[in-house]
Amino acid sequence: MLTESEPHYRQPLLRTPFHERARALSELDSFVPWSGYTTVDVFTNVEQEYFAIRNASSLYDLTPMVKYHIAGADALRFLNRLVTRDVRKLAPGKVAYTVWCNDEGHLIDDGTLFCTAPNEYRLCTAEWQLDWFRASAIGFDVEIREITEEIAALAVQGPTSAHLLRAAGLAGIERLKPFEHGQFSMQHRDAPTIPMMVSRTGFTGDLGYELWMQPADAESVWDALMEEGRTRAVRPIGSRALNMARIEAGFVLPNLDFVSAAHTLYLGTERSPLELGLSWLVDFGKGHFTGRRALLAEAARGPRRQLVGLDIEGTKPAHNALLYTESSGRKEAGSITSATWSPTCKRNLALAMVNAPYIATGSQLWAEIYLNRELVWQRRMVRARVVERPFYAPPRRRATPPADF
Amino acid sequence: MSAPASHYDSIIVGGGHNGLTCAAYLARGGRKVLVLEAAERLGGAAVTREFAPGFKVSAAAHLLHLMPPSLVRELGLMRQGLKLAAERLPTVALDADAHHLIFGPDNSASVAAACAADAAALADWQKLLKRFARALHPLLAQTPPRLGTDAWRDRAALVGIGWRIRRLGRRDMRELLRIGGMCVHDLLEDHFTLPLLKGALALDAVLGTNYGPRSPGTVLALLYRIAASQGEDALALPRGGLGAVSEALACAARAAGADIRTGTQVEHILMREDRAVGVVLASGEEINARSVVSSADPKTTFLKLLGSEHLDAGFVRCVSQVRSRGLTAKLHLGLDRLPVFPGLGPEALRARLVLAPSCDYIERAYNHAKYDEFSSAPVLEVTLPTLVDPTLAAPGKHVMSIVAQYAPYALKGGWDAQREAFTDRIIDTLAAYAPQLPQSICARELLVPPDIEREFRITGGHWHHAELALDQLLMVRPVPGAAQYATPVPGLYLCGAGCHPGGGVMGLAGRNAARQLMRAAA
Repeated sequence: MLTESEPHYRQPLLRTPFHERARALSELDSFVPWSGYTTVDVFTNVEQEYFAIRNASSLYDLTPMVKYHIAGADALRFLNRLVTRDVRKLAPGKVAYTVWCNDEGHLIDDGTLFCTAPNEYRLCTAEWQLDWFRASAIGFDVEIREITEEIAALAVQGPTSAHLLRAAGLAGIERLKPFEHGQFSMQHRDAPTIPMMVSRTGFTGDLGYELWMQPADAESVWDALMEEGRTRAVRPIGSRALNMARIEAGFVLPNLDFVSAAHTLYLGTERSPLELGLSWLVDFGKGHFTGRRALLAEAARGPRRQLVGLDIEGTKPAHNALLYTESSGRKEAGSITSATWSPTCKRNLALAMVNAPYIATGSQLWAEIYLNRELVWQRRMVRARVVERPFYAPPRRRATPPADF
Repeated sequence: MSAPASHYDSIIVGGGHNGLTCAAYLARGGRKVLVLEAAERLGGAAVTREFAPGFKVSAAAHLLHLMPPSLVRELGLMRQGLKLAAERLPTVALDADAHHLIFGPDNSASVAAACAADAAALADWQKLLKRFARALHPLLAQTPPRLGTDAWRDRAALVGIGWRIRRLGRRDMRELLRIGGMCVHDLLEDHFTLPLLKGALALDAVLGTNYGPRSPGTVLALLYRIAASQGEDALALPRGGLGAVSEALACAARAAGADIRTGTQVEHILMREDRAVGVVLASGEEINARSVVSSADPKTTFLKLLGSEHLDAGFVRCVSQVRSRGLTAKLHLGLDRLPVFPGLGPEALRARLVLAPSCDYIERAYNHAKYDEFSSAPVLEVTLPTLVDPTLAAPGKHVMSIVAQYAPYALKGGWDAQREAFTDRIIDTLAAYAPQLPQSICARELLVPPDIEREFRITGGHWHHAELALDQLLMVRPVPGAAQYATPVPGLYLCGAGCHPGGGVMGLAGRNAARQLMRAAA
């Protein structure tokens, strides 16, 4: 929150309600901007933080996620025309991951849509969308309000997350199913009860929850979780550890795997949900939505390119690598958008935008990797095979009730 | 409720002159057509009606000058009963000191008397505009080409435009490109000296627009008007008013087999499986057709009759941003005797009288409009149709039809409280030229843009449904994606003044749309 006394250029980035706690634990003091906030990139060590996600529990501050309150007599009709999924199927208490497109069927952004009551929704997005939402609201009786600063959000992800939340006093959390949300009270020891919304959602592909609370309660919730987590290997994590987990889970990220059509300047750099492999989110049968006619035409034409998962030879992450059809590197087949060594899968993984003839699972490609060995650059041409996504999907992410450790 | 099997090829929403023209051409092309008009009377804004007992008037448009002869001929409008009570009307530029200028297609003697150089310049000006009009007119009579396509038709149209402009010759082509973006005030300064003449010529560039003579794009508006009239700008008064044009169009449509229903309001356009398949009437009746062609303005068509939910959000935003607020009012006066304008004989009163004594006068009148006030000294275009057309009033009585600018749609303080004040301003302004006029008025009716919106169902009450300006012309009129008469919705077409090339009782939007639709279905 900007203060009246300080001009905005003296405090260009906002601090989240968890900022003081995060700063205290940030050994590297490595902060990066995210949607106008300063957030932690790495607390101590990326690998340690990553293993907290996969082997224990992690705390991740996602307050900068842009949040909108959408309500009114036409809220459902508005949303069903905005997003590609059928919002009529989203009952109160449910959450859905969805995307929305412009008239050309090009992706603008993705987000999670919460139905809190009939004709009352919350939409969490990666980037600001008010302009597009307002344009989309012409002709609909709907109120759209940005509520990002009104809510502090904390992701608690990992196999022991349900156990940790119960230990911190969130009774009944084990009954929450994937893509459900509900109102809960945190009763931690003798501390005052804290009301919050909890959803069983996340960006790790693992068991996990997201806590949506009043900013004033943020530090108490953090403290309770850290205190209970002390003997449970719980760690706060930064964005880089999360990025490894989300690649394993096969999730796409704006500005890494695609650029929003609201920002592209060059023709042909926009991406459609079909190209991003998100056809399962596009419901052509639900009636009209923005981009539907363009996407139908694209579907009829067939894909020109598609985002695929790659399993790459060796152990060196293939960041920004170009892909070729032959090891000679004469004919390009696409390029890599996100890459990581997966410590859990023990595989060298990547997401890549690949031209149409090579998108089928099993296609063999070559990745051109540049290695920097003490400032001596080396070029490696290694095999890359198109494989199914997600790369990592443990059954525990869906288990209800979750295992109690 | 299941609708009966499709009986009609096309339903035309709105029986204005473009809707009727479109229906006539479609019916002549062998299509089964139904026209649905909400009002009891056909014609839309090309309509004659009684505004006071015993006084009839062309209620919106009051001069016929843009309808191409080819359209009149093809539809046989003269055979269908259209008669001109007067044609090739001159224009009288009213002067406060009664040194009026009379000029027109045939005679500019009074200009020569006032200034020989201006008379010579006027002759050159008229010839130049005629050459430009010949080059540009074909552009108005065709579907605007799309940009960035590989279709041969679009490319051929673009090449054709370039070729016609090139064929003007080097000097004229350069002049056309030089003046295209200018304001009409500056251009007139290049040619003329008489303020009265410049005022009258500037009026044609700003009439029915949201601009003053110093606004950029006003030369374009003038070229557009000249191109539409094919360089003649030959003003005519149809016998029986402009409604007679609509009646002749309706007769032509019926003769070709079209069905026409009046007093039939379309409530919304019926969609099935992402296709316009008919309409639902206010009565609840459903009528099916293979296509729906709307002559309503773009906002009415897309936002009211169809609804945002059937359209993409970006398209809807474009439609909602179309500048469609009118700035032109219409005043009808019933007179118990012929008014006397000192310095004008009764013969000259048959002309079009314009009250725009200088460019500065128009610009000052426009100043008020920028701040949502009405002009304290309005600009007027006046006709006395009863001088040539006895069908409009009893013998001895007269009707004065006045187009008045500027009258903002969203007047500060609202029109209800200021309607009489503006009416009085117009009458007082005229009384400076015809002192006895106020005593002869026995009936009066003012239509400001909100009235035009209500009576003629035109969102914003703009003559052309959408402002005629560079950003709303040709392949971007009314909005990209609907500029070739087809819309993003399969089966839904536009044919009204909001499309290329606009309104003004031209009929080309209707004809172009019909031809485009028949090409699409062929």
